[in-house]
Amino acid sequence: MKIKTLLMGAVAITGLAPAAFAERASDGQVNIIYWQAPSILNPFLTGGTKDIEAASLVLEPLARYDETGALVPWLAAEVPTLANGGFSEDKTQLTWKIQEGIVWSDGTPFTSADVKFTYEYCTDPQGGCAQLAKFENVASVETPDDLTVVVTFDSPVSNPYQPFVGAQSPILQQAQFADCTGANAPSCTDQNFYPIGTGPFTVAEFKPNDVITFEANENFRDPAKPAFATVNFKGGGDATAAGRAVMETGEFDYAWNLQLAPDVIASMEQGGMGTPVAGFGTGVERVMLNWTNPDPALGPDERAVIGPHPFLQEPAVFKAMSMAIDRPLLSEVGYGDAGKPTCSWVAGPEIYAIEVEGCFEQDIAGANALLDEAGFVDSDGDGIREANGVPMSLVFQTSTNAVRQDFQALLKQWWSEIGIETELRNIDASVFFGGDPGSPDTFQKFYADIEMYQNTFDGTDPQSYFGNGLCDKIPSPATQWQGENVSRFCMEEYDALHAQLTQIDDPEERVRISQELNRLAFENGMMIPLVHRGRISAASNTLGGVVLNVWDSELWNVADWYRID
Amino acid sequence: MTEPVPASPKAIEALRDEGPLAPPRSQAADVWAQFRKHKGAMMGAAVLIFITLAVLLGPYIWTLDPQRLDIRNKDLRPIYTALWDGTANVSWGHPFGTDNLGRDQLAQMIAGGRASLAVGWAAMVLSLLIGTGVGVLAGYFRRLDGPLMRITDLFLSLPILPLLLVAVTLFRQPLRAAFGPEGGMFILIVTIVGITSWMPTARIVRGDILALKEREFILAARSIGTTSGKIIRRHLLPNVLSPIMVSATLGLATAIITESALSFLGVGFPSDFPTWGKMLADAVPRMSEFPERVVLPGTAISLTVLSVNYLGDGLRDALDPRLRGR
Amino acid sequence: MLTFIARRLLLSIPTLLFISFAVFMLLQLAPGDPMAQVPLTVPDAVKEKMREALGLGEPPLVQYWKWLVQVFWIEPKVLIDYLTASSTLFSWLPDTALYQGELRVISWQTRSPVMDIVVQRMPQTLWVVGLAYVVGVLIALPIGVYSAYRQYSVFDQAGTFVTMIGFSIPPFFTGPLLIVIFSVGLGWFPSIYDTTHEVTDWDSFVVQLQQMIMPVMVLALQTTAQISRYMRAAMLDNLGADYVRTARAKGLSEAVVVNIHVLRNSMIPVVTVIALGVPAIFGGAIITENVFKVNGIGQLLITALFANDLPMVMTLTFIFAVLIVLFNLIADVLYGVLDPRIRYD
Repeated sequence: MKIKTLLMGAVAITGLAPAAFAERASDGQVNIIYWQAPSILNPFLTGGTKDIEAASLVLEPLARYDETGALVPWLAAEVPTLANGGFSEDKTQLTWKIQEGIVWSDGTPFTSADVKFTYEYCTDPQGGCAQLAKFENVASVETPDDLTVVVTFDSPVSNPYQPFVGAQSPILQQAQFADCTGANAPSCTDQNFYPIGTGPFTVAEFKPNDVITFEANENFRDPAKPAFATVNFKGGGDATAAGRAVMETGEFDYAWNLQLAPDVIASMEQGGMGTPVAGFGTGVERVMLNWTNPDPALGPDERAVIGPHPFLQEPAVFKAMSMAIDRPLLSEVGYGDAGKPTCSWVAGPEIYAIEVEGCFEQDIAGANALLDEAGFVDSDGDGIREANGVPMSLVFQTSTNAVRQDFQALLKQWWSEIGIETELRNIDASVFFGGDPGSPDTFQKFYADIEMYQNTFDGTDPQSYFGNGLCDKIPSPATQWQGENVSRFCMEEYDALHAQLTQIDDPEERVRISQELNRLAFENGMMIPLVHRGRISAASNTLGGVVLNVWDSELWNVADWYRID
Repeated sequence: MTEPVPASPKAIEALRDEGPLAPPRSQAADVWAQFRKHKGAMMGAAVLIFITLAVLLGPYIWTLDPQRLDIRNKDLRPIYTALWDGTANVSWGHPFGTDNLGRDQLAQMIAGGRASLAVGWAAMVLSLLIGTGVGVLAGYFRRLDGPLMRITDLFLSLPILPLLLVAVTLFRQPLRAAFGPEGGMFILIVTIVGITSWMPTARIVRGDILALKEREFILAARSIGTTSGKIIRRHLLPNVLSPIMVSATLGLATAIITESALSFLGVGFPSDFPTWGKMLADAVPRMSEFPERVVLPGTAISLTVLSVNYLGDGLRDALDPRLRGR
Repeated sequence: MLTFIARRLLLSIPTLLFISFAVFMLLQLAPGDPMAQVPLTVPDAVKEKMREALGLGEPPLVQYWKWLVQVFWIEPKVLIDYLTASSTLFSWLPDTALYQGELRVISWQTRSPVMDIVVQRMPQTLWVVGLAYVVGVLIALPIGVYSAYRQYSVFDQAGTFVTMIGFSIPPFFTGPLLIVIFSVGLGWFPSIYDTTHEVTDWDSFVVQLQQMIMPVMVLALQTTAQISRYMRAAMLDNLGADYVRTARAKGLSEAVVVNIHVLRNSMIPVVTVIALGVPAIFGGAIITENVFKVNGIGQLLITALFANDLPMVMTLTFIFAVLIVLFNLIADVLYGVLDPRIRYD
């Protein structure tokens, strides 16, 4: 590597590249492959990560999270805080100052009116905006002048950085989308496929669910960026092929989210064309325990509605199940470098995680002793213990995914060693994570004893995510099986503590309460956390400037990417 | 003809043989004799019997549990790799090696073969029965042709994935309650593969029947008052045997492979229940490091299909009276 | 024959309506949710609003009726406008402006007209899947004929062996195997198909050939295996027939006997199989397209199915059904041509 490129790399990473070193569009084409193909480039009409990340090359928010999870100003001049006076003392008003001189890719100036329009676009009652939750508490968005945006909340908020922050909530151009609000949103194909943005690239050709060609934005605010003239953004296929194309054949420069077994990734790395990059966000793979009785003999209004479960709420049972698990082994087999064993529901950001004694050690003998002590013994000699008169036999469901099926097999084996029988079931992700109330197989309906999946939250503040354990979020037939409290966990103490969290601002106290919530969930058998999952992507060895960011779009700093000669 | 004719016994006496030159041969014996001459068919039969016996009796000889994980012995290579690679990680305890979770591959092959063969045969037979039945009825009875072929068109156009999901939603729980998780799934899989793959057979058989029923021998049969059922059984079915045999062979392969695709959707057997198709599918990402994991199930499927193919060839030749005795 | 065709075409309209209704009800019954791919971070209440915006709240029959109107009334108008305005064939006609901005069939994933995406996918589908089918059939017919003519010769045995193995090894294995050998190992062909590639000169044509060769090989192997088996079996049935002996006895050459007399009489099952396969070209090759990222109609259908994009699935299935009905009709007509004794009226 030449000194110049080394320097460039260092500069690009710190995000300060001066014009003297680089020249816009001088590095040719960069090839990116997402094994899920983007369908649309308007993040407000889709919740899909693939679409949001593809759009992040073009559309930008006022501020976003960097690779450490810290908030950095993007189109705004600075992040408004209590300290700098941008966030009002009563916590109801946030004032953004927009950077001067930013223009859209069509050359028109970017103003606060665009920001206000974005708010109106998303909150239109007929629009079906996917990011509506970001604007939940917003009472109004005002524009005192062209570069100032005042967001007023209807009540004091502890975390005001929801609207216009992060790749999920970028700014749309008012001039382009003015006729696309509400019921008109679906007929605006051109706008949704070719959004005008402030980002480093513009859309040259969009083939939905296939490939996107981007070109460098002539009007991008940094005259030296982006280094690449075009981006070939291919979608489709599977993670194996995407990893192979970057690390073995070198056809592509960047492959997104390689959900592959670590030995498969390691063998691809032998190809020598690229390297995997890993980062840890908020995702935790866990086993949810059903607090209601999923017995098929019960009627539709009782099955998985009426608790308790015949035996899963017995502390001895879920503790023994947790003790029987070799978490470091699971993490190693399933995720390698991209996994850390954990007993925390919220394991990232790390400050909220809890230490649990014995979490990393498997203790089959101890688990057996615990069950024996509690009186759950195998009375009929079939190798399966009985609890309260029923055999301890569990239906264990999850979505179809090679790693999850390996986990299922391992857990089944360990639990069989403590006398708990498991029947495995795997369901296609489009059904499992779907919300069709008619399907018996959705994760929310939970017609099984236990189920395994990963959940995450946006940003770095876990308050609303901890809300997923509240009693009033339990899915039931009355709510069309909607509700985030999938395990149907319900504890007064937990609800009270969460209410306390929403009132408190002191950061240290928030951490303490969050950890306490984490502990309550774990110790009372809401779930059995398994692995804190990282994200693995792969970058070509000739691609410089890649900084994996799990808190925002992975392509957040694509303007800084360059070709290593 | 066979009744004794009492008139002029002397003349007949002169013509009488001392005894039959050869014992009378039944049709079955003729077919068997012809079949035995067919080397390919005999080989096919031998291989098929071997595979069937291996998967049926295998679990009693090789008693390791195919679902048992032995994580310390994961990723073992088959014993034969030691021939050319002295450093290979092999163990006589696992002659075919182990997978990435340490499950014994030989035991998996045996258990997987049971499931795959059972699903393959059952689904193939079901699909052939429906396909041939619909094809014959549509081809022979003009009145039924229209409705039956339009139903065939409908089944050809149905998207399979939603069909599978509907079947699971409606039938998995009742079947599981009645036949247990694996038995219920077996019935569901066989039925689904069967009812989604009979259409080509039906159209092919119908096409052939349409042509055959205009031939002179059918006219002759009809003119002596043969009933439709008899015409179909005696005259038409034997003549459409070859395309049916081809359908059967191809159908067996399709059924074994389709089963593996179903488990991705949660329609198949539980994920820790091995089948050849699933073993093959799971091993694809690691095929350059562990080629045996694709080669073993791949060979097993191919051998089964090849032997059924040769068996079908031999059977067809043996049942063709024009070829018999040549 | 003409009345037969006219009657069948007329009859195909209610058939297709019935098929489309059956498919629609099947999709309604199937579990699945267009919001399944939306991350869990989006709250349920927001997902419910998004569903409403897609029109999911309406009764199924209303949804079906809207779809029917869009497919049979609005989409043809768009097509006619396109034909008279910009196609080379009909642009001499005065420009029509039938389409007045009514709602077309809109995909739930992309919020864009389904037909536009289908048209966009046609080139790669026809290039790869269509070509593979043609290649497969062209190889299969001579193999089938010659294998039957020289039954149990070395050629026949080898052909049987290769085709049966080819058929019993699924494309989800052969595809990656070819990639490992030819892309990773030898570096001859790209493992990912570039749908934006345009053929303008000889060099770009070579690139196109390179990226097509592996998917075409995988697909053609399956087609060849299937059709050559049927061809061989049908030829064997006829080669022993009395008319063949007669033809030989009257001094016809072997070439004429085999290629004209026997072949024509053996074509009925083969024509059936080929006609069944043509709509499947349009249906695309789901697994192969996915392995090589060809992103044709098959990939479109499977992503739509996984995303529960009902308008897209309905429309693709319907086009597929039209082709099935059409090609089965063509097969029926061909039976009559091949064997004049077959009569339908």
